Amino acid sequence: MENLIALLIAAPLLGAAVLLCGGRALDRTGHLLGTLLSLASFAFGLVLFTDMLGKDAEERALHQHLFSWIPVEGFQADVAFQLDQLSMTFVLLISGVGTLIHIYSIGYMEHDERRRRFFGYLNLFLAAMLLLVLADNYLLLYVGWEGVGLASYLLIGFWQHKPSAATAAKKAFLVNRVGDMGLSIAIMLMFTTFGTFAFGPVLEATGDTGEGKLTAIALMLLLAACGKSAQVPLQSWLGDAMEGPTPVSALIHAATMVTAGVYLIVRSGAIFNAAPDAQLVVTIVGAVTLLFGAIVGCAKDDIKKALAGSTMSQIGYMVLAAGLGPIGYVFAIMHLVTHGFFKAGLFLGAGSVMHGMNDEVDMRRYGGLRKYMPVTFVTFGLGYLAIIGFPGLSGFFSKDKIIEAAFAKGGTEGWILGSVALLGAAITAFYMTRVMLMTFFGEERWRKQAAIASGAGEDYQEPHPHESPKSMTIPMIILAFGSVFAGGFFSIGDRFLHWLEPVTAHEHGHPPISAGAVTGATVAVLVLGVAAAWLMYGRRPVPAVAPRGSLLTRAARRDLLQDDFNHVVLVRGGEHLTRSLVYLDHSLVDGAVNGTAASVGGLSGRLRRLQNGYVRSYAVSMFGGAALIVAATLLMRAV
Amino acid sequence: MSASAVHSLWTMAATAPASNEIGKIDAPKIEYAQLSPTLIVIGAALIGILIEAFVPRRSRYYAQVGTAVLALVAAFIAVLALAADGYGTTKAHIAAMGAVAVDGPALFLQGTILLAGLVAIFTFAERRLDPAAHGNQVDSFAAQAASVPGSDSEKAALKAGFTTTEVFPLALFAIGGMLVFPAANDLLTLFIALEVFSLPLYLLCALARRNRLMSQEAAVKYFLLGAFASAFTLFGIALLYGYSGSVSYARIAGVVDGSVQDIDPALADTMGNDALLLIGAALVVMGLLFKVGAVPFHMWTPDVYQGAPTPVTGFMAAATKVAAFGALLRLLYVVLPGLRWDWRPVMWGVAIVTMLGGAIVAITQTDIKRLLAYSSIAHAGFILAGVIAMNPEGISSVLFYLAAYSFVTIGAFAVVTLVRDAGGEATHLSKWAGLGRRSPLVAAVFAVFLLAFAGIPLTSGFAGKFAVFKAAAEGGAGPLVVVGVLSSAVAAFFYIRVIVLMFFSEPQPGGPTVAVPSALTTTAIAVGVAVTLVLGVAPQYFLDLAGQAGVFAR
Repeated sequence: MENLIALLIAAPLLGAAVLLCGGRALDRTGHLLGTLLSLASFAFGLVLFTDMLGKDAEERALHQHLFSWIPVEGFQADVAFQLDQLSMTFVLLISGVGTLIHIYSIGYMEHDERRRRFFGYLNLFLAAMLLLVLADNYLLLYVGWEGVGLASYLLIGFWQHKPSAATAAKKAFLVNRVGDMGLSIAIMLMFTTFGTFAFGPVLEATGDTGEGKLTAIALMLLLAACGKSAQVPLQSWLGDAMEGPTPVSALIHAATMVTAGVYLIVRSGAIFNAAPDAQLVVTIVGAVTLLFGAIVGCAKDDIKKALAGSTMSQIGYMVLAAGLGPIGYVFAIMHLVTHGFFKAGLFLGAGSVMHGMNDEVDMRRYGGLRKYMPVTFVTFGLGYLAIIGFPGLSGFFSKDKIIEAAFAKGGTEGWILGSVALLGAAITAFYMTRVMLMTFFGEERWRKQAAIASGAGEDYQEPHPHESPKSMTIPMIILAFGSVFAGGFFSIGDRFLHWLEPVTAHEHGHPPISAGAVTGATVAVLVLGVAAAWLMYGRRPVPAVAPRGSLLTRAARRDLLQDDFNHVVLVRGGEHLTRSLVYLDHSLVDGAVNGTAASVGGLSGRLRRLQNGYVRSYAVSMFGGAALIVAATLLMRAV
Repeated sequence: MSASAVHSLWTMAATAPASNEIGKIDAPKIEYAQLSPTLIVIGAALIGILIEAFVPRRSRYYAQVGTAVLALVAAFIAVLALAADGYGTTKAHIAAMGAVAVDGPALFLQGTILLAGLVAIFTFAERRLDPAAHGNQVDSFAAQAASVPGSDSEKAALKAGFTTTEVFPLALFAIGGMLVFPAANDLLTLFIALEVFSLPLYLLCALARRNRLMSQEAAVKYFLLGAFASAFTLFGIALLYGYSGSVSYARIAGVVDGSVQDIDPALADTMGNDALLLIGAALVVMGLLFKVGAVPFHMWTPDVYQGAPTPVTGFMAAATKVAAFGALLRLLYVVLPGLRWDWRPVMWGVAIVTMLGGAIVAITQTDIKRLLAYSSIAHAGFILAGVIAMNPEGISSVLFYLAAYSFVTIGAFAVVTLVRDAGGEATHLSKWAGLGRRSPLVAAVFAVFLLAFAGIPLTSGFAGKFAVFKAAAEGGAGPLVVVGVLSSAVAAFFYIRVIVLMFFSEPQPGGPTVAVPSALTTTAIAVGVAVTLVLGVAPQYFLDLAGQAGVFAR
């Protein structure tokens, strides 16, 4: 059975190789091949899953040793896989959602002449992401980590003719390098500390290792997670990443890749558990990001960017939960899975809207679309209800648990984290309601007159909103099912908890207030958020031109000044640093080098004058040398 | 000598046992077969003299070249046969009544000298480079050495198409002396070998066809300074005899380490006097340092290398260094190991100033031959670092280095003979600018040699330098290695500068032309490149060979 694990990865890898090397001959069928191989991977995943369910909870983990990768004395890196419940969860999420998005892309990318390549990249992404979650050691995980980074870069910049897409791809790549650096340093530290990279030995050895070292490793892992999962301070790339085709945003920048950081933290739970300081930092990063993303989400008029802010915020929840330790790991992953459903669904819905609206992304030119695209409206609406945590839907169960766990952290920290999580839930309700209202309700601001009034040029083409083809709506419907039922399915009888507990361990927290009170508060803030949004965007017509807004709004529109901050501090600072280093290089280093060279040259010029061509002076030099040698020899004996 | 000592001499002679007949001397037992390499070469040299005397001028060149090549090949085969017979390892011993060692280092170095000599003879015999004088093909050597430069007799000799075919027997004599030099196992043999190979070299230096005055000046300088150095050596030998009562290496070593206690009554006052030992050893070592061109006995090197005919320079730079370092190794490892705490610090100093001095002064040279001369000084320093190691790796690494270095050197000087203008060889560096554009192959070959000199990996220079520095480091001379590496960095500058000059500068108008050599020089250069690359890419076999050969017979 374990031999199937490699096939999980091999199928999409084969697809990527064939599609990317196959050339134009595959233009007509490539997308089907890619989808089929993705489906095959999902099928292998299901087979392994059923097999796993048939075993006892403690014996479910499978291992497959493929080959010895870098066999050096004392440095053993293997290509080996580990499939436990945590990896299994990811495998199903990645290949399942991945397959749906492949199917969706068949319709969405129908008119793109580089569709084959697009599917090749998608398959490459699946292979790398599966490698990331199946690796049984950090080094192999790193390969997958870099692989998804590459796929993300290629897909964000897929429409490379657009300078904005090319720039966004580069930005994502560069920001991710910072995180990748963290991961590589963490791996090096692990090697020097534990002498190995394999999960098993590393995580078992944490008990005997100094806290300082573990904190360093944990913080480096957190840096890696921040890069990949767009957490503050490495969040700036995610909004721009929306330049990629919408299926990419759904798969990579919402459902799967951006959650790799959460996977990394949960997988390395033993390290974080032994480094409480690092855990505190993780919770702070999560809390800050969940507010940051939510606030940005409130101000964006671009539907994808609003959703991107939301993604950031929701991952902030997961990171916060992961930072809580054993009381939060399971809920972090549970929220990750439910988020995978509803956020992918929301993005696909957004893509469907764009598909029917001439690729318009500005929500101020939407409005009243519910009657033109009913399936999109219903599925998007269910995703919306799920994400805001409407009681009974997926997001309600998973987010409620995280808020509870945050309070259960105890002490002042618990109160602060819990309140932030609650506040985040209110803001989530607000901005998602705003998206919903601006897109599907209200006036039809996409009519030509309205659009021109809002500043569009005379050549504005009035769109003809229409429902998307079946290949797009079916995945949306399936995901909507997940958005509605997954949370309940997982939570009733604590199914998910029992499933994951053998891997991540779980402790029941003791919240200072009862679970019922937390749920009540969650529902209350939900109502508040929805009501506020309705007051602002439902009751009044949405202005076609964005009002100037408060200082906070304006800042939020500029992503809370993240790029300005980066520009001033990092770009300018970097330029100054470079300039001063160049100056130092020129003056000090080159000066020393050139000075040495010059002095050696000068010495050479002076010494060569000794070579005057007269035999007599040569003889004198020889005589002097002989006298010196004799004297030195005698002196050596004397001392 | 005190009166009683003199008296005892008399009385001892008078009371000698009657059975020991006076005047009966045991016939020396000479192992001719084991000395055959030397004997073949010296014999060929004598035949060469007869050829000069009896063979018509027209055929002399061919007869001389043929004899020399045959002799060197035969001698090399003899060396191989001796080595195959185990004389390099298990059967190593002292032959010719203690005068000559037949052992691994001796055979290895003799083989190296013979091969280097053979390649050098090829460059001696080259007759395509110089434009034909009055319809006669000429080589690098003067038409008639005795004629005054610029005189009528010189012109007449030129017109008659004379060539100095004596260079071949002279070279053979030099090679013969060099074969004995590293094998010499007593001080007298050492000295005689020294003179046997030095005198022909002095003559050869004077024989340049072009720039004859400079050539003669070089020869006189070399001769005077060589004689000066020989005097020191001889004085040192005398002092060592006074110290030990013998010129035999084994006996001197025995007295040094105290295993020989019996004192020659005639030398009762001087024997065991450490002052004699120390001064004598220092002076003999000094004579050898002069031959290898170590600072401060290096002053002759640039002048002589520049003035001598370039094929002679190449031969001298390669073969002399091999022979002299061989002798130095044997002296230090066989005779003076008991004294190493005295000579090692001194040699440290010599090695350091040699490495640094050679490398630093080379930077400002503008003549390619002088540049290579200073480079050879720096290399002498590197080899000294290996000598100082005083461990088995020291011996084998020096043997390897010498073999690698000699072929690079001959090849490099052979390339120098190709780059010519109206005045003969264009040795000024400025003329080499842009050579890579005009003659990419020649420039590339020269670049290979320069990289080998600089010790760049995949050339023999790297393998050799690595071996000697490794040996030195293991022998406890770490600081010396640091100085060596720093000097290598300095040296790399001027080697690379020539490469930059050749490939990245614009060719000058009226620059030199590159002559197309005959198969002889081509062979010499090709052998140089081949050895450089083979020893650089796959040095292990030869390192092992040098390792096997690296044991002295005592």
